[in-house]
Amino acid sequence: MASTRTSLFETPDWTELIGSRALTKRRKEAEKRSLQTGLPSFEEELWRYTPIDELEPSSYKVDSPGGAITDVGLTKGLDEQAAAIIHIVNGQIVSISTIDEAVSVHSEGTELENAIGSVVAPSLDFFADSNLAYCATPILVEVAANAVITSPILIRHHTTVENLAWFPRVMIHAGENSQSTIVEHQSSSDVDALVCPVNEIKVGQAGRLNYLTVQEHGPSVWQIATQVAEADRDAHVSLSQVALGGAYARARIDAKMTGQGSSSEISAVYFGRQNATHDFRTFQKHEAPHSNSNLLFKGAVDDESRAIYTGLIRIEPAAGDVNAYQTNRTLKLSDKAWAESVPNLEIENNDVKCSHASAVGPIDEEQKFYIESRGVPADIAEALVVKGFFADVLKGLPSSMVSDAIDIRIEQLLALDMGRS
Amino acid sequence: MTVLSIRNLGVAVGDQQILNGVDLEISSGQVHAVMGPNGSGKSTLSNAIMGKPGYQITSGSLELDGQDLSSLPTWARAQAGLFLVMQYPTEVPGVSVRETLEFALKERGLEEVDVQSRLIEEAKQIGLQNELLDRALNVDLSGGEKKRNETAQLAVLGPQIAVLDELDSGLDIDALRACAERLEAMTEEGLGVLCITHYHRLLDYLPADRVHVLVNGQIVESGGPELARELEANGYSRFTDSDSESDGVSVAIGGRSEINRVLAAEPEDPFADPLA
Repeated sequence: MASTRTSLFETPDWTELIGSRALTKRRKEAEKRSLQTGLPSFEEELWRYTPIDELEPSSYKVDSPGGAITDVGLTKGLDEQAAAIIHIVNGQIVSISTIDEAVSVHSEGTELENAIGSVVAPSLDFFADSNLAYCATPILVEVAANAVITSPILIRHHTTVENLAWFPRVMIHAGENSQSTIVEHQSSSDVDALVCPVNEIKVGQAGRLNYLTVQEHGPSVWQIATQVAEADRDAHVSLSQVALGGAYARARIDAKMTGQGSSSEISAVYFGRQNATHDFRTFQKHEAPHSNSNLLFKGAVDDESRAIYTGLIRIEPAAGDVNAYQTNRTLKLSDKAWAESVPNLEIENNDVKCSHASAVGPIDEEQKFYIESRGVPADIAEALVVKGFFADVLKGLPSSMVSDAIDIRIEQLLALDMGRS
Repeated sequence: MTVLSIRNLGVAVGDQQILNGVDLEISSGQVHAVMGPNGSGKSTLSNAIMGKPGYQITSGSLELDGQDLSSLPTWARAQAGLFLVMQYPTEVPGVSVRETLEFALKERGLEEVDVQSRLIEEAKQIGLQNELLDRALNVDLSGGEKKRNETAQLAVLGPQIAVLDELDSGLDIDALRACAERLEAMTEEGLGVLCITHYHRLLDYLPADRVHVLVNGQIVESGGPELARELEANGYSRFTDSDSESDGVSVAIGGRSEINRVLAAEPEDPFADPLA
């Protein structure tokens, strides 16, 4: 692929990216914006505490070489029960299979192009614009109105190429009064790569969508993700994140309650090891009355890892009779680990119930003492307390199979032998 | 025969000295009750015995069958044969009773014990609903259910010595009777009990062999079961008011000599403290 000098990245030949002339034009505009915007600085509030100044885009090559999935990790076994399976590897669609007729997947065409950017506004940030410019394989998943899909729709994004930069983009349109679950799995082999996914979600009136993102990248991968969801009237969206890998793994998650009576549940489990940094920026935006949102993020930082959480609840003037809650708790499992938690509220309406709570600290000594007092050795007691700390979030994940797999992975991370055969 | 020996035990929390030379000796099958006003150091005694972080032993010794417990971590004390029924059992979200006891028994080489079956068996005996066993430790349990749960755990683990830190607080009479009668049955099989309580009611179902009065971090009087009834009827004023007298024995708070004099005034006591 030929290189251009219009980007901070080493970029591909435009003709190899899909899309109409109109989309290509939007791509070029996005690239121009990203170049003008430039990389963010850790001095900006939204990038505070991050290692963003260490990112050198020119060390990555934007490409879509394709490949094969080498490990399905935490989503192993989910294929057998999936309503649809989409595999995208190193920027190329490897396979799309739809088992349930109520699910349609678009990888080209007007519907797809119209969906791109319909939820994530232009100029959101450098990485979202770069995604619009360079996303090689955007997909749109539509769930038909009134459909109830009990099996999960499984999307795997896998990275195996050294120094690759790529930009997965998934749009979800959950139809009116539909019910569905999507499991998106971001994984990689142990390569140095940059992955910048964008996820645009629309849930139609009275629809219910569960969206679980499982991130288990290798220890050298940088992931900078953007997820924005809009819930229409009386719709419900559940956004869950599980983050276990990556060198710097960031997810910006916006839940917008645009329709009256809409609601969202936003949750995350994260576990940092070695030198990893987990970074979450959340935004619960209430634009309509009678809307609810509830956020619960729980994490642990071990070794010399770091975790950052900043969250904002914003209640617009028109949004009365609103309940909005935000809780972040991070356990520090080692003296050298570090975490910061900054919750924020902006309330423009008096008829609201809002609360936020955040805590960073060691494990609860009373809980550890209780378990030890039964005769459980100190290291096991501590591991049990940590495992138990995550239980409520894991219990709420939309796939019990994935939830169980994550539970087992956490036991492994804690060297806890539960005697599973 | 197992013996928990507490000699001249001094315990501080932070820079505050709470216990000032406590002597107790509890043998298999015995029930010793420790009673005292609020703030006298009863819970400190139970926490210090179990090695809770923050409770520093400043003097004396704590031994189980001659083994020094003071240098052991909490879990090793439990493995050695102690069990603490907590006054306010801590909620531990996401951790089940079963897995906790399985790890404890595995450490003792008893992996083969079917913990769930044993828990169900014990729950039945003390009137604890089976489904409550599936909940996380002490989460969403009433006060009574927590104490029944503690008792069931104790019975499954089968310690040599149980320390009951106000087992009776917050319990209705049915739960109290169920827990106490189960413990009484265990004492007949050799369990030694140190029972910390404010009220005689518990001792109606779990009769004490010896009753000790703890005031200001010291045992100021020891006696038979009748002492508990007297305390419930008259309170602790004769111990807390330094001008009062009792049965011709002057009780003062402060030095070991006075404590020894009180203990020495009970020559008929078969469980007399050897230091007295």
